[in-house]
Amino acid sequence: MSGAHWLQSYAHLDSPIHRAPASIKLLATLAFVTGVVLIPIEHVGWMALALALAFGIGRVARIPFSAFVGRIALAQPFALGVAVLVLFQGRGLTVFGAVALKSTACVAVVQLLAQTTPFPDLLDVLRRARLPDVFVLVLALLHRYLFVLIEESRRMRRARLARTWRTSPWQTWRSLASVIAVSFVRSIVRAERISVAMRARGFS
Amino acid sequence: MHIPDGFLSAPVSVTCAGLSTVAVGAATFRSRGRLGPRAVAMVGVTAAFVFAAQMINFPVVGGTSGHLVGGVLAAVLVGPSSAIIVMTAVLALQCLVFGDGGLLALGANVLNMAVVQPLVGFAIYTAILGHARPGRGRDVRRIAGVAFAGCFATLVAAATCAGELALSRVVAPALVLPAMISVHVVVGVGEAVITGLVIAALVRLRPELLDRARASWVSPASSIVVPGLAAALALALFVTPFACPWPDGLERVVERLGISPSQARISIPAPLRGYVVPGLGGASTTAAAALVGTLLASGLCVVLGLCLAPRSARSGPPERPS
Repeated sequence: MSGAHWLQSYAHLDSPIHRAPASIKLLATLAFVTGVVLIPIEHVGWMALALALAFGIGRVARIPFSAFVGRIALAQPFALGVAVLVLFQGRGLTVFGAVALKSTACVAVVQLLAQTTPFPDLLDVLRRARLPDVFVLVLALLHRYLFVLIEESRRMRRARLARTWRTSPWQTWRSLASVIAVSFVRSIVRAERISVAMRARGFS
Repeated sequence: MHIPDGFLSAPVSVTCAGLSTVAVGAATFRSRGRLGPRAVAMVGVTAAFVFAAQMINFPVVGGTSGHLVGGVLAAVLVGPSSAIIVMTAVLALQCLVFGDGGLLALGANVLNMAVVQPLVGFAIYTAILGHARPGRGRDVRRIAGVAFAGCFATLVAAATCAGELALSRVVAPALVLPAMISVHVVVGVGEAVITGLVIAALVRLRPELLDRARASWVSPASSIVVPGLAAALALALFVTPFACPWPDGLERVVERLGISPSQARISIPAPLRGYVVPGLGGASTTAAAALVGTLLASGLCVVLGLCLAPRSARSGPPERPS
C-alpha cells in the first residue's frame, strides 16, 4: 500500500460506462454482487460467467488491463488467506474454487464502479438516497483532505529520513509514531481552520 | 480484516448490516447536538487522518510490514461515538473508492472494525485509566491502557470476523477461529505498540488534547453503558462460533420469516456439517493458552507504559508553533 499507483484513479476517462448515471451504476453493482453471493456453490459456470462479464465491462470502460488486475490483486490477500483455510476441510476444493471465483468477480465489479464514477457523483447519489447529511458531509471532507494528509505525512517521513542516518527498528517505530502523533495535532489545527473557513462562507 | 464480497452468506450480511446500522445510527444521534460546523470538520479531518495513518507501514520482523487499524486510536482521540462515525466513513470510502472490502460485506466490516473494535478498546481504556490523578502514574496507566486496549480489541474484532465467516458456513469454526486469532495476535501486538507510542508522543506534545476528548465525550451514564454493551456484544460474538446449535437456529428463523426454504438453502450451503479438526486441544488447553497470553500481553503493556511515560514533572504543555 505504499506507491502512488494505489491511489491512481481512472474515473476521469471517457466511455459509455463512465457516462452512465452514478445511481444506476451503484444499483447495478449492488444487484450484481447480491446475485453472485446468492449463486449456490455447485454452479461454477455461473460464477465464471459473472467474472467474465465483469472483465468484459472493464474492457468497454477502457480501464488499463494491468491496473485493473493489479487493483484486484491488492484487495485479495485476505480472500486468499481464508480460501486456503477452506482447503483444509471436507469438500475443500469445490468450496475453495467457488469462494475464489465469487469474491474475485465481486471485487472486480466494485473496482469497476470505483474506477468509472467520480466520488462526488457517488456522494450525490448517497445524499439523494436520504443518508444522514452529517454522514455525507463527513465522507466528502474525508475524501477532500485524505490526499492532503497523505502527502503531508509523506513529507514529514521524508524529512525524518533525510535527518536520520543510523537507525534501529525500535527507533524507526518511535519516529513513525511521532510522525503520526504530530500529524494528528496538525489535523486538529487544520480542522479548526477549515471550520472557520466553512462558517465564514455561510455554512451552518 | 476487510472481508470481500462472496464470503458471507446473505443472511449474515443482512444481519450484520442491520446491527451496524443501529450502532452507527445511535452514534449519529448521540452526536447530533454536538455536530455543528466545527465538529463536522473535526470528524471529517480525523477520518482523513486515520486513513492516512493506516497507510504508514511499519517494519515487522523479516521484511514484512504491518499497518494500523486505528479504531482504538480514534476512540481515544475523539471519543467512542465520533470514532464509530470516523471509522465507518473510512471503511465506506475504502470500499467505494479503493475496492477494499466488499459492498454487501460493508455491514460486517463496519461491525468488526468501526463498532466492535473502538467500543471494546474504549471500554478497556476507560476501565484501566480510571480516575487517576494527573501525574506520571496516570501517564503510565494511559499508555499501558491504550496499548492493552489496542491489542485486545483487535483480537475481539478478529474473533467477530471469524464468527461471521463461520456462520456463513464457508469455513468450519474450529478452523477459522484459531487461524484468525493466531494471525491477529501479531497484528494486535503491532497495534498495541504503535497506538501506545502515538499516545506517548501526544502525552509529551499535547496532553490537553487527550483529556479534552475524554471530558467532552464521557458522561457518567455512558461510562457504564458503553463498556457493558461492548462486553455483551463481544461475549455474544466470541461465544457464537462455539455454539453449535446456533446456525440451525438461524436457518429456522429465516424459514419462519417467510423466506421459502429453497431460498434459504441457496444461501446457506449445508455440506460442511459435522466437521472435525484433528490436533486441536480441548477447551482447557485453549483456556490456559488464553490466560498465559493475556498475562504476557498485560505485562508487555505495563513495561511499555513505564518506559514511555515522561519522567520529569511537567510544567505545563510546551508551546508549539503550528
